[in-house]
Amino acid sequence: MSKSYSRRDFIKTASLAGSWILAPRAYARASKPPLGHVVIIGGGFAGTTAAKYIRMWSLNNIAVTVIEKSAQFVSCPLSNLVLGGSKSINDLTFGYDLAKKNHGVKWVQDEVTTIDTNTKKVTMKRGEISYDRLIIAPGIDFMYDAMPYLEAAQEQIPHAWKAGWQTVNLRKQLEVMPDGGLFVMNVPKAPYRCPPGPYERACQVASYLQNNKPKSKVIVLDANAEIISKKGLFTKVFNEMYAGIIDYRPNNAITEVDVASKTITTEFEKVKADVLNVIPPQRAGKPAQMLGLNNIDKRWCEVDFLTYESKLAPNIHVIGDSVSAALPKSAHMATSQARVCASAIVAIMSGSNPDTAPVFANTCYSYVNDKMAIHVANVYRYDEAKKIMVSADGGGVSDKPSEQEGQFAGAWATNIWSDVLT
Amino acid sequence: MLFNKISTLVWLIGCLILTSVAYAAEVSVLSSTPNEQHTRTLAASCAACHGTNGNSAGVSPVLAGLDATYFTTQMLAFKNGSRTSTVMHHHAKGLKADEINDLAVYFSQQNRVANSTLKPQTLRVNHE
Repeated sequence: MSKSYSRRDFIKTASLAGSWILAPRAYARASKPPLGHVVIIGGGFAGTTAAKYIRMWSLNNIAVTVIEKSAQFVSCPLSNLVLGGSKSINDLTFGYDLAKKNHGVKWVQDEVTTIDTNTKKVTMKRGEISYDRLIIAPGIDFMYDAMPYLEAAQEQIPHAWKAGWQTVNLRKQLEVMPDGGLFVMNVPKAPYRCPPGPYERACQVASYLQNNKPKSKVIVLDANAEIISKKGLFTKVFNEMYAGIIDYRPNNAITEVDVASKTITTEFEKVKADVLNVIPPQRAGKPAQMLGLNNIDKRWCEVDFLTYESKLAPNIHVIGDSVSAALPKSAHMATSQARVCASAIVAIMSGSNPDTAPVFANTCYSYVNDKMAIHVANVYRYDEAKKIMVSADGGGVSDKPSEQEGQFAGAWATNIWSDVLT
Repeated sequence: MLFNKISTLVWLIGCLILTSVAYAAEVSVLSSTPNEQHTRTLAASCAACHGTNGNSAGVSPVLAGLDATYFTTQMLAFKNGSRTSTVMHHHAKGLKADEINDLAVYFSQQNRVANSTLKPQTLRVNHE
């Protein structure tokens, strides 16, 4: 019986042929990724997004290591709801395991101590690592220069501007505050992380007090001349929903704080608080400062908006809140910058050219109570003449607060957390 | 026998071609054109509400695998105001018609996949 060429033989031959051809490439990929190694400092919205999208868009041909000092991701978006009482900090806390597992990202829990650009090496407290390209996504660092005593007084006067135990602390202080008490908070001079955040916070605290301690008041001391995000909407909410509770005072920068008596001095007045929340001015996070990349006002980092490469250091990219830009320092913006940077790095490392005119969107919700939210949404477009990202026509804010937008805001959080962390 | 040998050879060649095509496709994705990058980063910025590659993790519509014509029609309706919305008109009005068309094609080509379930955790005592 002559041997007939069966379908099974076909498949056997085909798969043998396939494995013969594929084997050397698979081996090469397992031992050393052909396109190099990107190290990312910071596992927040920006850094974690960059890690995932570099892996996805390079089809795992670029190795990625994230260095993050915290074991957990705690979302700043929605953390004001912890103060209002409709969320717990444990609703906003996540692990990094899916980000690592789903995309093969190497993760090092450590703190960066030095960066050597000559040897392309990052040194941490417990080791060192080499990179071909480095992304710095460190978020913000608080500036206590003007009032250094506040740095040691964070237990009594929390900033709660990085979500975590300070958020919980501030909530506990509100819970024990007597009815008729005074909550005082400030808004630092812009730019700072999350432009509408302080005004959302005032609403959340006011919402809690209105329902639980109705004789209490909220004073907002704003270093800026006016509400700097969603102004019309927040003004209306302050004056209508929280009439007699929120007292908004613009042009009122803090000059001094007496920690023991929780008394704030501004250029115009002295205010004694029962619960005091001081949000310090901010600058690019410490790893960006190590290389002096915060060249704008000694605070923020100047970058090329096509690649997010630092204007001061080749092969080093900066993304997220540390970037100097006419862009809101929001979580969505951090992820949008991260993806443009990721796409450009994949292009450069695989020998092609980055997009010359990136466009991306930003949507930012603020909750005005436990259920209703408002938004600001814009498309941003690269301006080739100015070489910066500018807001496109057509963006804008909600007509009014609504429960529907409250649901959308929840969907936004669910989706952005899932996109970043899985 | 001869037939078998020829057919084996044909299959081997076929496999080589297929593998080369797969490899070429991979390389072409890596060395994507600036316009392909433009569309993928723009599409990815929709992920905050609509999930990775348009696979929504909840509430917001899934865009992955959506009919391209339907996508374009709806986006143009948001853009010109004939479909009312709370948020989408602020995005659609900022986009050019060709960007909307490119997004439509991009999302129509994405597979619908189930998202990994992200579970919240208890904040550890040693966190900042």
